[in-house]
Formats: sequence, C-alpha cells, structure tokens
Amino acid sequence: MATAVTPEAVEKVVFDALPQFGADPDEITREATFEDLDVDSLDLAELSQIIEDEFGVQLKGDDVGKIKTVGDAIDLVVSRAG
Amino acid sequence: MARPEHAAALVTGASKGIGAAIAKALAADGWLVAVNYRSDEEGAQSTAAAIEEAGGRAAVVAGDVTAGSPEELLAAAEDALGPVLALVNNAGVRADNLALQIEDEDWDAVLDTNLSAAFRLTKRAMRPMLKARYGRIVNIASVVGPRANAGQANYAAAKAGLIGMTKTISHEVARRGITVNAVAPGFIETDMTKDLAADVVKAIPARRAGKPEEVAAAVRFLASDDAAYVTGTTLFVDGGMSA
Repeated sequence: MATAVTPEAVEKVVFDALPQFGADPDEITREATFEDLDVDSLDLAELSQIIEDEFGVQLKGDDVGKIKTVGDAIDLVVSRAG
Repeated sequence: MARPEHAAALVTGASKGIGAAIAKALAADGWLVAVNYRSDEEGAQSTAAAIEEAGGRAAVVAGDVTAGSPEELLAAAEDALGPVLALVNNAGVRADNLALQIEDEDWDAVLDTNLSAAFRLTKRAMRPMLKARYGRIVNIASVVGPRANAGQANYAAAKAGLIGMTKTISHEVARRGITVNAVAPGFIETDMTKDLAADVVKAIPARRAGKPEEVAAAVRFLASDDAAYVTGTTLFVDGGMSA
C-alpha cells in the first residue's frame, strides 16, 4: 500500500534516503542543493524509484532534471500526487 | 562485493539452444534460475528439470518478451525465486532477407525482440540490482552487427544496437556494483542456425561450429564475482571469426 503523500511524509522519506547516496546527514535541509550534497543524476533516478515505491508517484526524467534543491524534490512529489 | 545469497538469474528464451545452456551453466554456478520461454513450454520444463536434477533450483516463467510487460515477467521470476540480480537477455529471432526485400514487419519484429525488449527488461531489472548494489546483466549479441552479414540488416542493426546499449548502461550503473556486458556468439549449432549452409564453417578459423555450452561458459564468467571489474565489454565466442 502506498503511503499518503503529505509534505512531512515525503520529507522524511527523502531525508532518510539521501545518506545512502553519500550525502552528509548534517547537511540535509530543504534548502540544500543536490549538487552541494554530492547527489548526482543516478542518485536522483534511484531516489525517484524509492519515492515511487513508497508513494506510488512516478517522476519522469524531465521532472527530475528541473529540480535543484531537496525542497524542490519534495514539492514536486507533493504536486504530482495532487 | 560478493553475490548475495539466494540470488536469482532470469534467462530469456531459455527453452532450448544457447538460452538453455546458459540457464544450466548459471545454475551450476549457484544462481537460482528463472527459465523464460515464449512457446516451447516442454523445452523450458526440460531445462528446469535438468537444473533440478543437477542439484540446482529453477522456475519456469512463461512470457513473450515483446508482448507481455517486463514488470509481469520480472515479478513472476521474483515471486518464484526472490530478487533477480542477474538478467541474461538471450531471446532472439531472425527474419533474414536482403535489405531490399525486408518488409517493415520483419524489420520491426527483429528490432522489437532482439533490442527493444532487452532494453525494457534491463530498465526494470536494474531496480532491485540498484537496491542490492549488485547486479549482472549479460546481453547476447552476435558477431553479426560488429561484422557485416548480407541478408541480416535487421538482425545486425539489433545486435549492434545491443552492444551500444550495453556500453552506455554499463557506464551509468558501474558505481553501483552492476556490470553490463555482451557476449557475441559466432556460428553456434542450434535450431536457429540449422538451416544455414554447411560451408559457413570454412570461414571460421577454428573450422567448426561452436556449442551452446561454449557460449554459456562466457556468460557464466561474466555473471560471476570473478568478473566484477569487467563491464561494458563484448566477449566474442566465435572460433576467431571476428578477429
């Protein structure tokens, strides 16, 4: 069953997932850019899969290409679910 | 990193010929093997039975790689055996003719099965591999593609495309412990080649046709932990034809 998409739930999943891609947990904030966190395109593709598994929200490659910050990613997932 | 315990391998088109030999070789190397077939259920059952008799574990998974969804095929393999951490895209067809006489449907059918289906299965199969930080993808290409062979423009395009796809995806996922390689068989004795002229052997430096088991041995190596640092390459198993 997919988890209900709330900004808080998405933030938790994203924050929890990022360290496995090498992001420093202390630096993960909504304002942090993926570039600063050293999270690359493959990491983002994998994060998209995690989000899809958790929330049933599919992000396309075009979507993912536009996001810069962790907050952008969270907002995108929430908007796609609406 | 070593292969996780109880890892499964899905071999497409494994009811006979090269695919059946690959399924058996991977099982002998400790993989749990999903034996996929499209129409020859008896052949697939016999491949699986041979694996079980030899002490391995196999499951037969029906499905046309072009018609069904890759999700269904992978899910069926996962349900039967657990996470699929090796995919061998072996299912292939031929529809030979001079380019002037290849009908659109024969072009499309060969590209669909030999190339597009391999891409779609690969895309789906990489998900559990990324999670596991371990994966083996082996695409069965051909000497035809890298080399010309009159009468096989569709087949050559598909197989050359498969090699290009292999190289590019290998770069994308190498840092996640997933290797992507191709094996390019030459003239191998199978049902698919039995109608070919016997004098083709004269063009092979080894002066004989290859055996499915000789192709399978190359796949077995590429799927093994010994080949962890081998990725993006094409291993020719062709008696010297392409050298």
